[in-house]
Amino acid sequence: MSDPSAPPAARPALLDIRGLSKSFGTLKALDGVDFTLGEGEIHALLGENGAGKSTLIKVVTGVFARDAGTVRLAGREIAPRSAKDAVDAGIATVYQEVNLLPNLSVAQNLYLGRQPTRFGVVREGEMKRRARALLLDYGLDIDVGAPLSSYSVAVQHITAIARAVDLSARVLILDEPTASLDRHEVEILFSVMRKLADRGIGIVFVSHFLDQVYEICDRVTVLRNGRLIGSRDIADLPRLDLIRMMLGRELAETTHERAASQPDTAREVCVSFKGFGKQGYVAPFDLELRRGEVVGLAGLLGSGRTETARLVFGAERADSGEATIDGKAIKLNSPRDGAGLGFGYCPEERKTEGIVADLTVRENIVLALQARRGLHRPLSRREQDEIAMRYIRMLDIRPPDPERPIGLLSGGNQQKALLARWLATSPKLLVLDEPTRGIDVGAHAEIIRLVRELCDQGLALLVISSELDEIVTYSNRVVVLRDREHVEELKGEAIEVSSILAAIAADSAPAHEAAS
Amino acid sequence: MKASTSVAITAFVLVAGFALCALQFPNIASTRVVANLLTDNAFLGIVAAGMTFVIISGGIDLSVGSVIGFTTVFTALAIERWGIPPFAAFAMVLVLCALFGAAMGTVIHVFELPPFIVTLAGMFLARGVSFLLSTESIPITAPIYSAVSDFAIRLPGGGRLTAIAIAMLVILVVCALLLHLTRFGANVYALGGSRAATALMGIPVGPMTVRIYMLSSVLAGLAGIVFSFYTAAGYSLSAVGVELDTIAAVVIGGTLLTGGQGSVIGTFLGVLIQGMIQTYINFDGTLSSWWTKIATGVLLFVFIALQQGLMALARRSSLKPAGAKPVDVKPVEATPAGAPT
Repeated sequence: MSDPSAPPAARPALLDIRGLSKSFGTLKALDGVDFTLGEGEIHALLGENGAGKSTLIKVVTGVFARDAGTVRLAGREIAPRSAKDAVDAGIATVYQEVNLLPNLSVAQNLYLGRQPTRFGVVREGEMKRRARALLLDYGLDIDVGAPLSSYSVAVQHITAIARAVDLSARVLILDEPTASLDRHEVEILFSVMRKLADRGIGIVFVSHFLDQVYEICDRVTVLRNGRLIGSRDIADLPRLDLIRMMLGRELAETTHERAASQPDTAREVCVSFKGFGKQGYVAPFDLELRRGEVVGLAGLLGSGRTETARLVFGAERADSGEATIDGKAIKLNSPRDGAGLGFGYCPEERKTEGIVADLTVRENIVLALQARRGLHRPLSRREQDEIAMRYIRMLDIRPPDPERPIGLLSGGNQQKALLARWLATSPKLLVLDEPTRGIDVGAHAEIIRLVRELCDQGLALLVISSELDEIVTYSNRVVVLRDREHVEELKGEAIEVSSILAAIAADSAPAHEAAS
Repeated sequence: MKASTSVAITAFVLVAGFALCALQFPNIASTRVVANLLTDNAFLGIVAAGMTFVIISGGIDLSVGSVIGFTTVFTALAIERWGIPPFAAFAMVLVLCALFGAAMGTVIHVFELPPFIVTLAGMFLARGVSFLLSTESIPITAPIYSAVSDFAIRLPGGGRLTAIAIAMLVILVVCALLLHLTRFGANVYALGGSRAATALMGIPVGPMTVRIYMLSSVLAGLAGIVFSFYTAAGYSLSAVGVELDTIAAVVIGGTLLTGGQGSVIGTFLGVLIQGMIQTYINFDGTLSSWWTKIATGVLLFVFIALQQGLMALARRSSLKPAGAKPVDVKPVEATPAGAPT
């Protein structure tokens, strides 16, 4: 790590981003974001899903065009139109999914398009010699003639970095590079990063592993909902404050209406889980879901929230524990089992796992109900129209046109149509994964209101959200997850943004102090 | 490593098959039969070399059979009816083929259309034009044709290595050098590995695509010229369905239909295997020659299944050390974080 105590102004700004904005339809994915990267600096870019990290990277690397703002590289304004433009300008990106050619040798991957040749023939020996020397510089002593796919992801990452740096990159963006590496491989990658930083290359490190951020980074910038929350020197930033920057608003703002706190026992148990879990996915947990109650799942990205939801719905098969309804064990091995029991699941990836974009609103709404009834009992067109119109009115889906392809609706209205899909099956339990993600502010409040209404009607709800204020507002109970484990269950008065933050940050804090 | 395994298996099948044939008909193991096999399949070998480039790059070229047909008709008409000197006629037809291939490559790249559809259109187009030129078989009587068919290198044991067999061998060697030793060749493999990643690495994907289909069409044109020497005629119905024999030879030779892997030598072995089956059926004399197709079909199935199996094995072994999904990764505070310096 290059001296983290030096004030940032002392380092010349290598990459300077001012007021960057980018909208998709009505959704502001980036809203006036500033970002400054110094020479030789390792800078973490943090935020939950949908915070705008990847949009920022894609604008800087020319994948998306920006709506407003400036990007300066070493004082010169740049506007890359393609990834190749960005590479030519000196900005290279290494993605989690390595963008190299697995079928070619490591040496070919390093020198593709610029192999040393003599009379048009590639000098294989010379190329391998150079590749070997290049990788030795990164501490890799491997057979560069073997195909890239025969090496681990860590080696592939370092190969990608070596190629990028060799093409005279000055800014290196690493997007979740450690997500599929083991501890030892992470160490190798980190020592490479430190070496490059010492040479004056600026590195943007995107990760959701906070320990790694504390171990390797000099500065951190946090985004939330497309807005800049702040940039700090990591040395001056306690972990609790960092998590608060990522998840919560300032505590003073969180005056809210609390969910009616009836005693738990007054409510009828809908389904209960005992020691339910799956190895390497989520540690076994106990969970009771009751009718008329909202259970919130809180935790950082990658803490096991979505994984818990998928187990509860049956989208993933548990390998330990059991689920029971009224004391009777139930089978929960597939989404079909879940749907058959009257469970509904609105996934986080609305676009890929939720809506069928080319079908109409009506067709999307009746999808789950039709699946439940089976192919041999089709809903008549009149029934379909009735159902669609009922929910369009009830949830105020706009425009109120059941025949419009759902892909043309705004995010908030797509989300409502998805809710309608499951409500039409009159479910007992509804699992909502980030129901307010990527939705503009007005629709946001409406979805929250809907969640409470549904709950008052006696539905059991399990809701995942990165917005702690939101969770605090509607939850009767909050389960806090950390490192794929349920670590805390908060009830009634104990449900506060501060207590959730404390539970998320607890006990992992000392580890980083030892590291830095 | 995997690629060489596929070629080794193909070579083994060829040698074992040849040994079995030789056991039943000892005469098969003679230079005469082998040289004839090369002559009979010369055009197939040449067109298959071009197809190898196309398939490794992740594409397919269904037009080659029609291009061969067009070439024979055009050459025959040019020499016999229009009075053009043979070598000028060859040059003309090869230029036309190059333009045709370049057009297909351009359409594939610019409109982002599947090569299957574009070259299927090319197949109909080329065949249609050859019918338009002439529907009858036109014998070619130019002196160069008899001179070439008389030329042969005598081999010990009575075999005659003909001019067109030599042409095929030379073209295969040139193609192998081009594929395995040049930047162009490396780019062909890269395209088949991942088009998007290749573009990100700064390789001009468009011009590459155009050149690859040009190469395939020119080689099909050369194959057509060789075919016209072989039959001493031009006919619009010649080489119908050859594109499929070609694809079969390439795949049996260990080239992945999904692209990214393959070799010219493998393709050559694939051509020889098909020729060997045909030779066996000729020797047997009682079998219908359509058994060639059946045997080729069975071999194709076997080889595709084999490739899938090898790929699955390779995938399993390459995933083991890395850890496939972020799901498997334990958060790091589990281990003491000692930062190396």
